Amino acid sequence: MDLLPIIFVAILANNIVLMQFLGICPYMGVTQRVETSLGMGMGVIFVMTLAAVISWLIFYGILEPLNLHYLRTISFILVISSLVQLVEIVLKKTNPTLFRALGIYLPLMTTNCAILGVAILNIDQGHNIIQTIVYAIAAAIGFTIAVVVMAGIRERMELVSMSSFLRGASVTLVTAGILSLAFMGFAGMVTL
Amino acid sequence: MDLIQALAIIGGLGLLFGGLLAVAAQRFAVEEDPRVETICDLLPNANCGACGWPGCISFAENVVCGEAPVDGCIPAGKETINSICELLGLESVASEERRVAVVYCIGTPDVAPDRFEYHGVKDCNAAQKMSGGFKACQYGCLGLDTCVEVCPFEAIHPGSQGIPIVDEEKCTGCGICVKACPRDIIQIEKADRGGKYVPCNSKDRGKTTRQVCEVGCIGDKACVKACPQDAIVVEENLAYIDSDKCDDCGECVKVCKRGIIRDVGKVYVS
Repeated sequence: MDLLPIIFVAILANNIVLMQFLGICPYMGVTQRVETSLGMGMGVIFVMTLAAVISWLIFYGILEPLNLHYLRTISFILVISSLVQLVEIVLKKTNPTLFRALGIYLPLMTTNCAILGVAILNIDQGHNIIQTIVYAIAAAIGFTIAVVVMAGIRERMELVSMSSFLRGASVTLVTAGILSLAFMGFAGMVTL
Repeated sequence: MDLIQALAIIGGLGLLFGGLLAVAAQRFAVEEDPRVETICDLLPNANCGACGWPGCISFAENVVCGEAPVDGCIPAGKETINSICELLGLESVASEERRVAVVYCIGTPDVAPDRFEYHGVKDCNAAQKMSGGFKACQYGCLGLDTCVEVCPFEAIHPGSQGIPIVDEEKCTGCGICVKACPRDIIQIEKADRGGKYVPCNSKDRGKTTRQVCEVGCIGDKACVKACPQDAIVVEENLAYIDSDKCDDCGECVKVCKRGIIRDVGKVYVS
């Protein structure tokens, strides 16, 4: 399997938010401003790559040899939540600037289903370690694109005059739907 | 056998990660200003957000580094602010007297009827969006207890007839309910005010108010003329009594045709 199709599929054709509907919570929650959504996106790229690699190692290093496949979900959750905490502790000491920039988004990542989703998808699709890293980074970039595009649209929508029944959550959900439809245009362009 | 293996794996992973985290927490420990914690202990810890910072800890951090004003915490009383000032070696800035929330409506359903039946979400903001609210009086209390829900101090109780009752002992005057009320019925007033007040919010003209409420203020200025202290003014068809000027003589009560001038501090709608 080539890496290029993996990148294309992960970013556009199978966008983690808009096509697989994972990580909808931050997609709605942190897309008020482009700046915060970029912060979240950077955090996700960082954590998602680390989490995917470590869970891949745990799966093929421990669970696969012992034939304990059914422990996959729970052990991955364990990996992700401890990893996020560890990253938080280390960052706070070593790089306070980055820690402050990521701020609340780092702990939010613990319960971000996109992170767990990518870790599991890597196993499901039988990726090797290189493909895992590439897929995780690409999926996280896809996530970042989705949240930044959404935040850009929402920032503009704030200034538009609009019926009060649409304003707020309703128009945001409608926008998310339309955006998802737009990304469907990429579907089927590449077959793995 | 499988079970033991599974237990060992998950338990082992948990122990490993726990140990890693513990080591990391030790090695990468960041020393924090102990004053932050002390200030946080002094604060009401209701995490109400009235100061503009997310939560009491965040406010305490910002007070220590000088970003936040020391008296930024509205629910904190004078003593709390004084002790924070003392801790930080600042001169006392607490001067403001205690304030409480006051509900300016006594239009219970028997005196102020509804326009239509509402079966939607039990939330004033939702009801307000539904054709501008179900109450005939567009300024009156909808009585769906949104202010009760948002109060971080449990100082507002739902009244049996809809109109919420503020417990002035518990109320800190943080103003969260003021923001939550879609009809601006609640206002923050001085806690030690006295005399009379007009528990009405209707800025409708007298004729309209008469049609929608039996007790609402019609703004006919009878009380203004009767008041020997010149404490009453009528603005936008609604009488206001200046509690600093009012000496509680009761002349206004005698001339009010609507019976809407009431004693401060008494509960009229239970």
